[in-house]
Amino acid sequence: MEISLRIMKLGVLFSGGKDSVYSAYLAEKERYEVSCLISIISENKESFMFHTPNISLVEKQAEAIEIPVIIQRTKGEKEKELLDLERAIKKAVEKYKIEGIVTGAIESAYQASRVQRICNKLKIECFNPLWQKDAEEHWREIIEKRFKVIIVSVSAEGFGEDWLGKEIDIKNFEELKKLSRKYKFHLGFEGGEAETFVVDAPIFKKKIEIKKSRIEGERFIIEDIELREK
Amino acid sequence: MILILNICKEKLHYFEFVKPIEEILKREGKKFFTRSYKEIREEDLERAGKIIICGTSLKDNEFIKNINKFSWIKKINKPILGICGGMQAIGKVFSGKLKKKTEIGFYYEDFKKEFLGLGGRQEVYHLHNYYVEFSELEFEIFCKNEIEQAVKHKEKEIYGVLFHPEVRQKGLISNFANIKL
Repeated sequence: MEISLRIMKLGVLFSGGKDSVYSAYLAEKERYEVSCLISIISENKESFMFHTPNISLVEKQAEAIEIPVIIQRTKGEKEKELLDLERAIKKAVEKYKIEGIVTGAIESAYQASRVQRICNKLKIECFNPLWQKDAEEHWREIIEKRFKVIIVSVSAEGFGEDWLGKEIDIKNFEELKKLSRKYKFHLGFEGGEAETFVVDAPIFKKKIEIKKSRIEGERFIIEDIELREK
Repeated sequence: MILILNICKEKLHYFEFVKPIEEILKREGKKFFTRSYKEIREEDLERAGKIIICGTSLKDNEFIKNINKFSWIKKINKPILGICGGMQAIGKVFSGKLKKKTEIGFYYEDFKKEFLGLGGRQEVYHLHNYYVEFSELEFEIFCKNEIEQAVKHKEKEIYGVLFHPEVRQKGLISNFANIKL
């Protein structure tokens, strides 16, 4: 049996939510080197490509994971935002010598195919280790492996503001499943029904403690966080 | 028992190209086992009732350089479904020419007649930089735009699809799994 000793360096497209954090975890678990995170901060809240993480939160997550992050801003204009993504990936290739990109894409062929085209053009690998993954299986693994995932926005009927700031655990996951069946929203939030923020995970060297937050409409705004020893 | 053949060079691609196939078979209640194309043995081919050869990434052409490891395709008489790279492997074993064409994302393909339960216009997910030309003496072409998208050997139960049915046409894989032996 051939054994490859070369460890491929990868950049993870990172939003700070459950899917991108889990994809980074899988890459490390399979013994790849996650050399950097790449975060695209879009000014366009309606962007189909990128959800709009907060820069300082992403930077704190990167610090907790102890992996550098490349932050790229984009106006979020359709298709032009892809040039910004390409720019960010090129920076990662130059600075960190990455040979591949990892995404947390599950069902969105719109997002996945656009990243695939950029990677193909730059002649680097593209990995989508959550591709087509069953939402329930994904949540169960997230909970079992002790990822701490907070709901930071909601926009689906039946999934209201009472969930903002909540961490999804084994108990309220059953409730979440019932609501998703009753109100027919995607359990994995593939339709934008909610956004998540990860405060701890196996790849975090430190955990994130939320010191100050507020609720504004359908959003849980994290105002101040600190890193804590695990 | 269905043998799923993993042709991916990189371990991390298992989750993207092999696991979704395994999940479809699990949902159908079909027993399967998975092997790397480099580690396939005589006893695996004997044990398998059917074989699915999965696809791999755009950049991964290692399996083509190792096409000798697919010579069993011509020797056995069992149903085989090749997906994307799997279809290319089938084509190369039957002396088809590998040619360059990049298709990434959703495309509409028209099926001339029913193919493993698929017919008419289908929106399929493509992810390839190459394709293989199939001989119409040996293969029936069920779907072709400029290039062969779905083929079946005229005498054997060997099927090839250039697109990834595990994305939008999971029923195709279920139908293959349910072919009566």
